[in-house]
Amino acid sequence: MKATVHVTLKRSVLDPQGQAIHHAVRTLGYEGIREIRQGKYFEIELEDAISPERARALLEQLARDVLANPVLEEYWVEVPVQEEER
Amino acid sequence: MKFGVVVFPGSNCDHDAYHVISKVLGQPVDFIWHGQATLGEYDAVILPGGFSYGDYLRAGALARFSPIMGAVREFAARGGFVLGICNGFQILCESGLLPGALMRNRGRRFLCQFVHVRVEATDTPFTHLYRGGQVLYLPIAHGEGNYYCDPETLAELRNERRIVFRYCDAEGNVTEAANPNGSLDNIAGICNRERNVLGMMPHPERASEEILGSSDGRLLFHSLALVLAAMTRG
Repeated sequence: MKATVHVTLKRSVLDPQGQAIHHAVRTLGYEGIREIRQGKYFEIELEDAISPERARALLEQLARDVLANPVLEEYWVEVPVQEEER
Repeated sequence: MKFGVVVFPGSNCDHDAYHVISKVLGQPVDFIWHGQATLGEYDAVILPGGFSYGDYLRAGALARFSPIMGAVREFAARGGFVLGICNGFQILCESGLLPGALMRNRGRRFLCQFVHVRVEATDTPFTHLYRGGQVLYLPIAHGEGNYYCDPETLAELRNERRIVFRYCDAEGNVTEAANPNGSLDNIAGICNRERNVLGMMPHPERASEEILGSSDGRLLFHSLALVLAAMTRG
């Protein structure tokens, strides 16, 4: 089972990289883009035996303790809904 | 009195710190490999500058999990003196030994230059030989030195006089123009509540001899040595 964790800077925190990308994008002539904020994305391969509920709890903890710095960042965890029994 | 300098994979100011303690201060000092789970008999521990773990994930984020950090945390809890410089400051924040975090510089660039910082608190073991308000000329070299914390933490740091250094101009005025990296409240260094843990972005160890362009950092190490000498005698 593959789960994902997204980490982004909190809205209240300045994102200079996102701003620089946005600036470059505007310079290139892309229109209609109001803001770009850069974040991180983790693909996490979980062992088959683990249940989605357990996976979610595990990844929430992992995101809080390691992948994100809660002072600056927020995160969200995506665990696929359980596949049907084969 | 004995100093230890922790060496993480990617530390690159460890030798500078070692040099200052051994040659400028003339005190015994060891390197401590980060993979050790225990500290020996040390009176002060320095977490040096550099790029521990290549700054992967976030600056200081992985060094926090090095085996030595458990021992450093215990050492700090017992009142041992811990000085984190640059990457060391980032590690202290990631470890929760100091509040807040160090973000990407506001101007996005890596900054390698001399700056002025004002001594805001002299009632610490690291700064008691400085004058309150004294302006120091120290180098910075970082890409992530933009100090950030929430408003409650900032109020706490102010009320408890834990902001130790702030970026200022040559005359000691704390201005936005003198803020190199966008740090909240021009913060360049803070200490913990017990005042035995100091984190700072500028490099006092690279400015402790005139030949390096400034010796303003030297008193920080002398301050610490004086406190340790008094404790040993006491």
